[in-house]
Amino acid sequence: MTATGLEVRGLTKRFGGLVAVSRFNLTVAPGEIVGLIGPNGAGKTTVFHLVAGFYPPTEGSIIFEGTSLVGLKPHAICRLGLARTFQLVQPFAGLTTLENVMVGAFNRAPDVAEARRRAAEIVEFVGLGPRRDVPARHLTLPDRKRLEVARGLATEPRLLLLDEVMSGLNPTEIEAIIGLIRRIHARGVSLLIIEHVMRAILALSHRLVVLHHGEKIADGPPASVARDPVVIEAYLGESGEAAAR
Amino acid sequence: MVARLALLLVAAALVALPPLLPKYALEVLISIMFFGYLGACWNILGGYGGQFSFGHAAFFGLGAYTSTLLFLHWGITPWLGMLAGGVLAAAFGLFAGYLSFRYGLRGPYFSLVTLAFAEMLRVVAVNWKAVGSSLGLVVPNRGSAPALFLFAEKLPYYYVIFTMVVGALLITRAMERARMGYALAAIRENEDAAEAAGVDALSTKLAAMALSSFLTALGGTFYAQYFAYIDPSLTFGTAISIGGLLPAIVGGAGTVAGPLLGSFVLTPISELTRAVLRGRAGADIMLYGLVLILVISFLPNGLVGWIRGRRAAGVRA
Repeated sequence: MTATGLEVRGLTKRFGGLVAVSRFNLTVAPGEIVGLIGPNGAGKTTVFHLVAGFYPPTEGSIIFEGTSLVGLKPHAICRLGLARTFQLVQPFAGLTTLENVMVGAFNRAPDVAEARRRAAEIVEFVGLGPRRDVPARHLTLPDRKRLEVARGLATEPRLLLLDEVMSGLNPTEIEAIIGLIRRIHARGVSLLIIEHVMRAILALSHRLVVLHHGEKIADGPPASVARDPVVIEAYLGESGEAAAR
Repeated sequence: MVARLALLLVAAALVALPPLLPKYALEVLISIMFFGYLGACWNILGGYGGQFSFGHAAFFGLGAYTSTLLFLHWGITPWLGMLAGGVLAAAFGLFAGYLSFRYGLRGPYFSLVTLAFAEMLRVVAVNWKAVGSSLGLVVPNRGSAPALFLFAEKLPYYYVIFTMVVGALLITRAMERARMGYALAAIRENEDAAEAAGVDALSTKLAAMALSSFLTALGGTFYAQYFAYIDPSLTFGTAISIGGLLPAIVGGAGTVAGPLLGSFVLTPISELTRAVLRGRAGADIMLYGLVLILVISFLPNGLVGWIRGRRAAGVRA
């Protein structure tokens, strides 16, 4: 039972009386890039927290390549080949860029020398080569976003969850990140991407899933989802600016 | 290259000079090594892993009491007794650590729980007749008996604690460069991000806890043999917990040499204030506290951090 990707069924998360995610279904097939969009507070990041093991779901199943992820800790899920990044970047501030990435590389590397070699390759791959030995606390926001991706990638996932890696970046930097995501996909990594930058998500995704108030309101090819009146309504209702982008 | 040569010279001096020192200076040097050792043990979990234990006296006391009781009741040499104490302390560390980490106690909550565990053991020792209760235990004087970890002179004790310090620092350095060092640093910097990157935070912290408590317990046996007397407040008291934590923080938490460097600065200050302000109870502790406040205000990353900062500035200039 491998190579079946991610399969989420009936996923529900309640925080007290608040239903953050409700009976949510989602699949990510091997090799697929799926965009997860929705207005602020729709429950997108909660879905990531649930899938990556940071919160236990209230109900529902999460199956990755035939293994149930419910009840597993984040590090165990990472070891199974599912990695995530954080919306608010979480670098190990006191460690250098290379050391940050090495922590991820230890997930698969047999020893320190090999972890360093693999981490160095990924640091180059994401374009942080010149910043390799700089403590992460001295990195700029765009570099921290790349570091976040690099650390996730270093764990050698088959599915990578990217949580708003473009927020706060300018158009040039966004173009660069789109290129980086394409190259990650070319390495054989499936991707589930949360993003508010519509241009980027439309360009990258094979399929778009829209969350609104914790419920899925659309799931399909980007072009048709973007024209879906229910989706447009959801965005205009909360923030017309996001839909206009 | 220069740094390595300087290190070699310092090490050679620490081996060759002590026989020439007057008795009082040798005692101070033993104190420096002793607190440097405790600092190095604390540093493994506190400095590298960022888990600030306020209760390392629990492990220290377990070591002191285990080896001493084994010696008094069954005549087992403290050289073996200290290993038994270490294993017992590591087991207790795993127990206390599992309870704390499993239930997600982080930061100050972890510190308070460790403090409570040490206090709990102190109260048990105070009320338990079989372990000498509050009167404590006397290690019998057998003159010079190296096989029993007893020496007539101070000098051999110095070489024992010096060897222990060197051992602890070598272990720290090996750990720092291994997978575990990276995992601990990641946990210290951001535990959630470490988990997301595949670091098993619980196992890593428990491993550090076990290593740190094992080594701390060996220090307890050294104390019992050197002073030939232990009681609950001396061994399980907060003074020992603080005595390990301070040199590490002042010298540079999460650096190999930090704890020993910190002890080289702090211990003489402590001895000096005590000597100068003799007869004014508590005055020495107040002055010591003042020095600490100054050091922590002006050198937040410890002495090693300050030296590295100056060196980096020098390179840039």
